[in-house]
This record gives sequence, C-alpha cells and structure tokens, in this order.
Amino acid sequence: MTTSHTNELIEKLTNIARELRILSLQMICEAQSGHPGGSLSAADLIATLFFHTLAHDPKNPHWPDRDRFVLSKGHGVPVLYAALAKAGYFPESELMTLRKINSRLQGHPDHVRLPFMETSSGSLGQGLSIAQGMALAAKLDKKNTQIYCMMGDGETQEGQVWEAAMSAPKFQLDNLVCILDYNKGQIDGHTKDIMTLEPLKEKWQAFNWDVQVIHGHDFHEILKAFDQTQMKRKKPHMILAHTIKGKGVSFMEDNIEWHGKGPSPTERDKAIEELRNA
Amino acid sequence: MEKAPVQQKETRPLKNYVTLNPNRQKASRASFGEALVRVGEENPDVVVLDADLSVSTKSALFAKKFPGRFFQMGIAESNMIGTAAGLALSGKVPFLCSFGCFVAGRFETIRISIAYNQVNCRIIGTHAGIGIGEDGYTQMALEDLACMRSLAGMGVLQPADDIETQKMIEFLSHHHKGPVYVRLTRQNLPQIFNESYVFEYGKGVIVHERPMASVPTADKKDISIFATGGVVYHCIEAAQKLEKEGLSCTVVNIHTLKPLDEKLVIDLAQTHKWVVTAEDHNIIGGLGSAVCETLAEVSPHAPVLRIGIEDVYGESGTGEDLYDKYGLSTPKIYERLAKYVQL
Repeated sequence: MTTSHTNELIEKLTNIARELRILSLQMICEAQSGHPGGSLSAADLIATLFFHTLAHDPKNPHWPDRDRFVLSKGHGVPVLYAALAKAGYFPESELMTLRKINSRLQGHPDHVRLPFMETSSGSLGQGLSIAQGMALAAKLDKKNTQIYCMMGDGETQEGQVWEAAMSAPKFQLDNLVCILDYNKGQIDGHTKDIMTLEPLKEKWQAFNWDVQVIHGHDFHEILKAFDQTQMKRKKPHMILAHTIKGKGVSFMEDNIEWHGKGPSPTERDKAIEELRNA
Repeated sequence: MEKAPVQQKETRPLKNYVTLNPNRQKASRASFGEALVRVGEENPDVVVLDADLSVSTKSALFAKKFPGRFFQMGIAESNMIGTAAGLALSGKVPFLCSFGCFVAGRFETIRISIAYNQVNCRIIGTHAGIGIGEDGYTQMALEDLACMRSLAGMGVLQPADDIETQKMIEFLSHHHKGPVYVRLTRQNLPQIFNESYVFEYGKGVIVHERPMASVPTADKKDISIFATGGVVYHCIEAAQKLEKEGLSCTVVNIHTLKPLDEKLVIDLAQTHKWVVTAEDHNIIGGLGSAVCETLAEVSPHAPVLRIGIEDVYGESGTGEDLYDKYGLSTPKIYERLAKYVQL
C-alpha cells in the first residue's frame, strides 16, 4: 500500500464528497426531516471509503469477499445513501424518497429493505459489536477482508461500545477498523457539556487498540490512516477523526440546531451554493 | 407406551411418540449442551457465544469440542448479542447463550441487532422461571417470553423434555431461517417423548388425551390444558388424577409459543368446557396471554384459566418448594383445576 496519494485522487474525492453533501441536503430538505449535521461531518470519510478504500462491487452487492461497512451512527444515513446511489447500488432518483411512505430509504439504515446495507442501525451503540461479529466471521472463513464501522462521538456514551472496545482486542481483530466521526455535537448540545468523552485517544489505547488521530476533512490524512490499517499487529484499529458538524455550510457548522432538522428550500439553496463555490 | 384407540372419531395424531418416564430425567439445558456438540459436528456454520455462564448454560461442551468456533464474551451480554448478529449477517448460525433474564434484559440490542435484521440467531435463555430455586428472583427469567413474543418475526420456543430439546436444536441448526428465542430449564425434566417424536415448528403437541369413547358426556370434553416447558409433565399428572374423578382432559405441549398453533387452540377451546394454560412465567405476556389473544377473537370458546406466576417476583427456596408455593406442582395444579371446575 502506498502512503502518498496523487492530487488527482484527492481532487476526485473532494468533488465526490461535495456531491454527497449536496445530495444529502437535497434529500433531507425534500423529506423535511433528517440529520444534516452528522451527514456533512461524515461526508469526506464516506467518500474516501466508498470511492477508494473499500473493496466492493455495486453490481454484485453480496460478493462474499467484499469489505463491509457498518454505519453505527445510523442517523447519518443520508450521506451513506448518497454514496451508495452514486456508486451504483440503486438509482440516484430514488434518493428523494428518503423517509417517505413505502420507501426503501428508511430514516435509519434498514438491512431487510436494502440488503446491501450491511446492517440495520440507529439505536446507538450497537454497530461496533455487529462489525466485530463480521470481523470474527471473516477470520473464521480466512478471508482477507476488512470490516469498517463508523460511530459518532456522542454514541460512545453508550456502555455497549466499551464492551466491544474490550472484546475486539481480545480476539485480535486487526481486520476491524472503527472510525469515530468526532464532530463534538449531539442532540442536546456539545458532547463536552453533555457527557465528557476525553481523553478518547488514551481510552482506546488503554483498551489496546491501534489508535490514529486525524483531521477528518483532510483527504491526505484520511487516506494515510486507512492505508495504515493494512498493518496487521493483531490489534483492532481506531481512527479518531476530528470533524466539524455541518461541515461545508457556514450556517450549519458546529451549530447544534442542525443536528436533526430539515433545511427550508431557501436554506438548502444557500447551502448548496456555498458548497459549489467552496 | 400409550396408543390412541381405534374407535376415536377425531383426527388426532397418534400419541405413540409419548413415553412418560419419571425415572429418566434431564434438564433441558443439559440436553441442549449435548445437542449443540452434535449439530456442531454436522454444520460447520454453527458458532456459539456465551457470556461467562458456559458451565451453567452447558455451551461449555461445545467450547471444549470446537474451541475455534466458540466465543467467550465475558460478562457483557449486549456485546454478545451484537456480535452474534454480525456473525449471522456473515452467514454463520450463532447460538448465543446466557440466562433468560440476562439476554431478555438486553431487549433493545435484541430488538435492533437481531430481530429487525431478521438474522439466523438462536438466542438461548436458560434458567427459566422460579424452577431455578435457591438463586432467587434476580436470576429467574419470568418476563422473557413476554419480551420475545413482542418482537415481529421472532420465533419463541420452549421444549418440555430431553428428546424434544435435542430435536428442536437439530431443527434450528439445519433448517430454520430467522431469529428464535429458546427457553430452557435449570431443573431436571422427566421424559415425555420417545425417539419416534418428530419436532414440528409451530405445532402444538397433544401429550395426553382421554379417548372420546370413554367420555361420559359425549358432546364436549372437560378440560384442555395448554402447557409449556417445565410444567408440562405436572399437567399430565394432574390430568391423570382428574380423570380418576371422572373428568376428561387433554394436555397439549406448546413448544412453539410463537407462532402459536392457533388452529389447535381454537379447536380444543371449542370442544372442551374449560381451557387452562400453565407456565413457569408471569401470566402476563406468556403462554396464557398468547392463548387468550387467540381465543378472544373467536366465539364461542371455553373460559380460560391462566396458571403461572401471578404478576409477582420470585424468591429463594428449593425449586420443589417454590413450585408448591406458586401453584405449579402437580398437587397444586390438580387442586386449582378441581376448584375451577367445581369438582
């Protein structure tokens, strides 16, 4: 694995991430409900995963040797739907059915309605355990695949997260990569005010994970961090990615109000204009 | 061995699968542990998880035979449930084991990770009911059936003896698709079935009935008892005793509480004067509720008496003493029924 990435790749991912942000806002505006803040904060990480890092095949979604991605912070699903549609799993036109009656695009991930979503999620704190089960299965089947799991920072207030934090190193799951979308916000306020999380790096290190701390909007750092996870040291990987809630839209950035509400058409247009001009 | 008489008019399965033997006893958790090793040999996709209770749940037998397919999760049931879901999402058939109260207590994780995902997880909850005895209420599963029944698509199973447990586990390993909860006992259960017994998911099993020809009032039989798990044998004994008093009783073993054999329940409620349910579980949410929910929608049907734990917590004592105190022993079931039908 190379650790230096071409400018072309970074430009490609930058453009895709912009499109994922725009699509997310269009979907959430159309639905008049959903979670813009956590979709925008995760966009660069999701773009890198689905358009560079993950081994996957949208034409063969059940390919047994695919890498798997578990979105544990299920409320961030608009940006994941956008990535899946853009990658070719389903038509982009379906995106605007988000949260509407009879849509496959539920407000939170639904594995039964959309089987290429690796798991249902949205009840926070459960995804890392599920990803751990997938990583164990991959080890049992001697598959050289990686299992990626994205959590929110507020989500790590759930006790089950720390149960999984304890068990994954025991099973030496170096095929398990957890990414923390560390956007510092949750519904009721900033995480530091709701329930202190820090020192996160030291906590995960103490639980015996390989921990990397990166800027989650810097593609050089994101790519380098994912490359690093190919290093097998019999430890699971944690990438603490510092992000900005609502990243890319000035009036949404780090504004808790935008955790879970749909923008008006005017706000959407303003936001999209900003994103296009960035 | 009992045989159905030829003069019987109704179409009922022959009861040649029943062999009552109080001298041959085994806890259904022990039967499970043995069956698990066997299905582990037959199906390489079977994996087992436990949360520091493998000696009690008997999954330790599998762990010894297949250490590579056994995952000791420590005292962390939620993580075990999620991990099992992930294994199932990758094509494995996980049996995840703990006490029934401890897994049912992690309801939210089961709700999303297993049930909503509709994965092939087999949730094993041992130490059902007050039958566990001395450990007292905190270790007793008395609400687990209510929790599991409320999850759409979740199969809810409870075997009544060794052979039924073994055949149920074989079925779950080789054939069944979708999530199930299996409730097992700590205490020994007397033999009810012989080797000819065939486990049929979703079917009630008549384990005792008085031949119609010998019923004095020919139009309706007297009592139809639907029982599940550790109390089935006691209900058979109580029925035998009631028949000595001239009553005709049918006892049905409900090994599948969900999906319930509604046809059989309705049929018997319309051909008997009284319906009784019996379970080592809160009468709210378990078999008694399931039978009442089914019968409430049809008319006419017999009135229903629910025998079980009457919306109270359990306590310490021997299993036998507790069964007597809470009305689940053979004599107490007999007395309750005799009083109910004003014998």
